This record gives sequence, C-alpha cells and structure tokens, in this order.
Amino acid sequence: MANGPRISIRNGRLIDPASGLDGETDLHIADGEVLAIGAAPSGFQPELTLDARGRLICPGFVDLCARLREPGHEHKATIASETRAAAASGITTLCCPPDTLPVIDTPAVAQLVYQTAERHGFARVLPAGAATQGLEGVKITEMAALKQAGCPVLSQADRPIRSTQVQRRAMEYATTFGLTLFLHPQDAALSEEGCAHEGLVSTRLGLPGIPEAAETVAVARDLALAEQTGARIHFRGLSTARGVAMLTEARRRGVQVTADVSMHQLFLTEEDLECFDANCHLIPPLRTRADREALRAAVASGEISAICSDHQPHDADAKLAPFPETAPGISALETLLPLALRLVEEGVMDLSTLIGRLTQGPASVLGRDLGRIAPGSPADVCVFDPEATWVVSPATLVSHGLHTPFNEQEMRGRVSWTLHGGRIVFER
Amino acid sequence: MSKQNPQLDTQGNLKHFLTIEGLSRDLLTEILDQAEGFLGVAQQAVKKVPLCRGKVVANLFFETSTRTRTTFELAAKRLSADVLNLNISTSATAKGETLLDTLRNLEAMHVDMFVVRHATSGAAHFIAAHAHPHVSVINAGDGRHAHPTQAMLDMFTIRRHKQDLSRLRVAIVGDIMHSRVARSQILALKTLGVPEVRVIAPGTLMPNSIEESFGVRAYHDLREGVRDVDVVIMLRIQRERMNSALLPSEHEYFQLFGLTEERLSTAQPDALVMHPGPINRGVEMDSQVADGPRSVILEQVSNGIAVRMAVMSMCIGTQNLKIQPAGDADG
Repeated sequence: MANGPRISIRNGRLIDPASGLDGETDLHIADGEVLAIGAAPSGFQPELTLDARGRLICPGFVDLCARLREPGHEHKATIASETRAAAASGITTLCCPPDTLPVIDTPAVAQLVYQTAERHGFARVLPAGAATQGLEGVKITEMAALKQAGCPVLSQADRPIRSTQVQRRAMEYATTFGLTLFLHPQDAALSEEGCAHEGLVSTRLGLPGIPEAAETVAVARDLALAEQTGARIHFRGLSTARGVAMLTEARRRGVQVTADVSMHQLFLTEEDLECFDANCHLIPPLRTRADREALRAAVASGEISAICSDHQPHDADAKLAPFPETAPGISALETLLPLALRLVEEGVMDLSTLIGRLTQGPASVLGRDLGRIAPGSPADVCVFDPEATWVVSPATLVSHGLHTPFNEQEMRGRVSWTLHGGRIVFER
Repeated sequence: MSKQNPQLDTQGNLKHFLTIEGLSRDLLTEILDQAEGFLGVAQQAVKKVPLCRGKVVANLFFETSTRTRTTFELAAKRLSADVLNLNISTSATAKGETLLDTLRNLEAMHVDMFVVRHATSGAAHFIAAHAHPHVSVINAGDGRHAHPTQAMLDMFTIRRHKQDLSRLRVAIVGDIMHSRVARSQILALKTLGVPEVRVIAPGTLMPNSIEESFGVRAYHDLREGVRDVDVVIMLRIQRERMNSALLPSEHEYFQLFGLTEERLSTAQPDALVMHPGPINRGVEMDSQVADGPRSVILEQVSNGIAVRMAVMSMCIGTQNLKIQPAGDADG
C-alpha cells in the first residue's frame, strides 16, 4: 500500500473511539497511512484536499461477516462486485465465512480470496478458515496452515458441528495457534427444517419453527467447552435475550468469549414475516420484540462488541419460491451505516459508542490493528454525510444482491468518500 | 410487507381465497349465504348454473388428494367452467421446473383461476403474488398454514345444525401442530363469533404458543376438553407421525385421544361430530362414533361442493347468484 497519494481531509468531525477522538479536526494521509491529525506537518503538500464540512470522519468499518460468493457462487455475486459495494458502504475490512465452493479449508482457497480482493483493491478481505474439512463437522482442518495463509479466525459458517467431541477438538486445536473460533450458535437437531422463530407468528402462519432453545442449547454447550478447553470463542449473530444473558454471565466468570449481532436483528422481529415476505427469511430467525430490545441493550453496554452486516447476496431465483423454500439471507452492506445511525436517532446509544461497534469492536475480535485512526495506522477511512437521505431500491444498490426487507425505505446517512490504504476507493 | 389484504381487490371484493385471516365476519357470512343458495343446484335435474361459463379453472395439486380435488372439480363444473386437473406432485418439479415456471406455462393457456394445493406453507400466497393480475387463486391447502375452503364448509355444516354460533363451544382434537385445517377452522370460528374454541392434543402435537396466537384454550385431556361442547372436530393423524418422536404408537394415541361414544358422553347430548376425512378408524375415532347419529362427516363432503361453488363464483363469477328456491335456477 506504499506510495499512496497525499490527501488532506478538512473541516469534518472526526470520531475514533479507539483513540478517544471526537471533534472537528483535519486528517492528513500519505503513503497509505495516517500521517497526522490536526495541523499538517510542516512542508506537507497534499495532492488532494477533501472538504468534509458537515460530514463525519471515522475509521473505515470492519464487518465480521459478509459473504462475497466467490469462489463457487459467482451467479450471485463476486469478490469484485461485493467489495465495490463494501467501499460504497464505508466498509474497508470484511471477514467472509468459509462456505464458498470449494470451502475455505485449505491455504490455496484462502489465498485465492485474499489475493482476488487485493487485486481489485476496494477493501481488505480476511477469509475465515473452516474449522472442519468441507465444513462437514467430522475432521478438523490444517489450522496452522490456514493461519499462515492469512485467516485471522476459524468458522463453521452456519453449519454447526453436530458432534460435541469434534467441537471440543476443534477448540483445543485452535487454541494451539491462538485462533478465535467463530460459532453460529444454533443446535443442528433443534433447528432442522425450521425457517422462522418458533412463536406467535410461526404458529399462526404454520411455518416450521426454530425455538429459542436452538440457540441457548448451543450457547450453553459452547460456553462449557470454551471453559473446559480455554479456547477463545466468538458467537456470530446472537438472536435471543437468553443467549445474551448467558453470554454476559460467562464473561463475568472470565470465559474468553465475545459476540456480535447482525444489524437487521436490531430492527426487525418475527412480526415482519406477515405475508410470507421472503426478504425476512433469515437464519438465525427474526425473533421477538423482547429479544430485539435485549440485543440493543447488549450492544449499547458493550457485552456485544460488534455489529455485522451479515451480508448475503442472492440471485433473483433464490427468493422466488414459497417462504420456507427460499434461501435465507439478505443484501445488507449498504444499509449498515444508515441503520446504525437510526440507533443513535432512537436513543439506543451515542454516536461514538456506535462507531466503536463498527470499528474498534470488530477489529479487536479479529485481533488486528485496524479500525482506528492514529499516526502510522493504515489509512482506512470513511467520510459520510449523516443528513443525506436516499431510498433503498435495486437501482440505488451497488451490490449484486438486491433482496432487502428495507427496500423502498428512506434512509438517512450516506457515504461521501471511502479510503482504503490511503486511496480513494469510493466517492459520491 | 404490504399491510393491505392481498385477498381483496380495491373495492373490497374477494379476489383470492388464501386464508381466513384478515377477512371480515360479513364476508364469511356472505360465503355461507351464497353456499346456501348453491345447495339447491345438486337437487336439480341439470346440476349446473352458468355463473362461470367460459372460465378456465386449473386444479394445481402439488400434493396428492382425491376428495378435495374432486369436490373442487365438481364445483367448477357445476358453475359451467372448464376444468384442467394437474397432478404435479412428481412430474414437473422432478424435471427441475420451478413453481414459477409451471405457473407461467399455465397462464399461457389463459387460465382464470388456480386452485392450489402445496406441501409448503405460504405457497398459495406466493402464487397469488406472482400470478397475472386477472388470475384468481384459491388455496386448497398449503403446508401447515391454511385450508380455508375446508374451514368454511365446516362452518357451513355447523351453521345448518346450530343456528346461534355466538353460544357455541367447539373442540378441535388431534394434530394441531401440523394441521392447516385446524388453523383455518380456529380463525373462522373466532371471526364468526364462536366464544369458546378449545384445542386438544398431546404436548408434541400442540404448538407452545397456541393459546396466545389464536385465543383458544389448550387441553391435554380429551374427557376434560370435550366436556359440555356443542361440536367436536377430529383431525386426521398422519401415519408418519408414528415413525418420528412425536407419538409412540397408534394404540396409545387412540387410548388417550381417540373419540368413543363413552368419551363423548360428557359433551352436549346433541353435539356434532366432524372430521375433514379421510378417517383412520380406530385411531382418531371408532366406527361407532364415525357412523353414529351425531356424525355429520358425509354431510361435510356434500356441503364442500356448495361452499367451493360460492367461493369460486365470488372470485371469478360473471354475475352474482340470485338466491332462488331450488330448481328454479337457469339450467
């Protein structure tokens, strides 16, 4: 990333929770790195000056879970198309789950993903390595090799390991290399065939349910194993109030566990499934209002330290079927920022805390020195206009995934510039 | 996520019939009143009225069915419509054709109405949402979700025997969990003003939140559940439930939830016994009850034709039925 242009971003409000910064100041960038904050070093001659009056400047967002669909599912999206959408969303680092085709269970596939993203240059892609070969939950992967190939964490994507013994071994082996294990807490048997939260709405619509216990049973199992093995685990996408309570209690006890939540879980509930809207087919399922409130509170308090997009672009056919037969997941990169700002508007947390959950929080889960603006750090920066409004529609989305439950909604907050490694990768 | 009821057109008339949910008491009553008028058609020498003459109805059955398909077919024919019967349970989908492809091909044949049965909840809503604007969709059963014409023929049967629905106690017994019939019946009973609806099932076949979801009372004990009721509706138990962890055996199910004359004795003396068919004798009820004086099971079948005629003509009929004395209608 050396030899990036010299850029000054002036007159904006800079917020960086990791450095404790919040105020109107200038930011100077050179050679792909942050050079100075405030006054420019003497003799600094920017090639480009961005006027950020009325805008906010913060570290580029770090997204712990975004599917890019390459390799293997290029009919849905590609690394190029989705990292471009990430740049348009202010996201500069994203972690993709290993459920590509082939699975990211060898260094070759991990490098393919990493290098393809690097070649396009829109964002940094850190592939999560598979914890078991083929994500089949039977044999563990060559974790040391995956780590060396650049996988910061291990994951089973959304295919939970059925065998508790294999889960234990995966944790123990990951611990050998200090790798965090991402776990989607959902008991395989209890969630089989389910497509909606087991509750009022699924009962009325006759949709096969996924009970709350599918999450809490998995959380309990994985916390017990983490405590036993000393492994570091991260719950990817908590969805229930009870799951949050168990997380909080375990953290109090000193278990090495962190957690994130998908942005849509902080807004939608089972009630949005009325009329069988396939854009609300999500795994874990949308749950109750009480669950949503508990998730919001946990993000505000920091028990949940990161918010993810959980971006899952699909082709049109994937959602053209009766609800239970549709593919779960939505296109979510570009709604990440405006939905986040709604949390501030609705009084859930202040702006600085919120920015922290999109930058410092997820970066520390990855164990990388990212998600901050400090002299010498990579110049990954998002400059956005918090007042700009736009309407979500297939015409306004950059991603190849066009399915979103927020379609046709007005959003407030839009990215003006995204810098990745000191280069402007998006401007509007 | 439109809040507007997808079943009604802009004038509030019935366009599709997908679920009882969201339909008014007046509209359900109109269906029952219309069906009353159609009952006479079966008694005529020529069992036909011309309300849907020139219309094409396609019975689109992705799940096998004899009774429901036959009564829909007869209903359409008595309305003078042309009828296509398509059993797609294995053919098209096995060849890789999607549901939407199947739909588009039939639309190209200028079909006016689809009568759809599908194993997946939400299938009828999906088809209605993607069909041409002039096409009507009737849900003949989708997954566990809804079977609204079955519910309406049951309401029709109850109303013919019990004039005042606002004083009734009705119990529904059996596999509530997997039953689209039960869901539609409960909604229809509540909409028509039945004050007390009970559901009776073992824990494995009873959704946890049934009371809160539907405003019914849940019972695990048959004797207690049928006490003083005016109507007992038995549901069919699918054989495959015995092969999973839902029920231990047909024997124990019948011992606890099978309807016998003796167990029926705590219900009102004139209680009706109903079943959507086909009955598993000796599992859901014994033959003495099924063939007994309080059983209206065969009447349900005849009424099904009149109710389906009413719904079809309300959706695609070219004129309204003038309710006339039997035998006086246009042949």
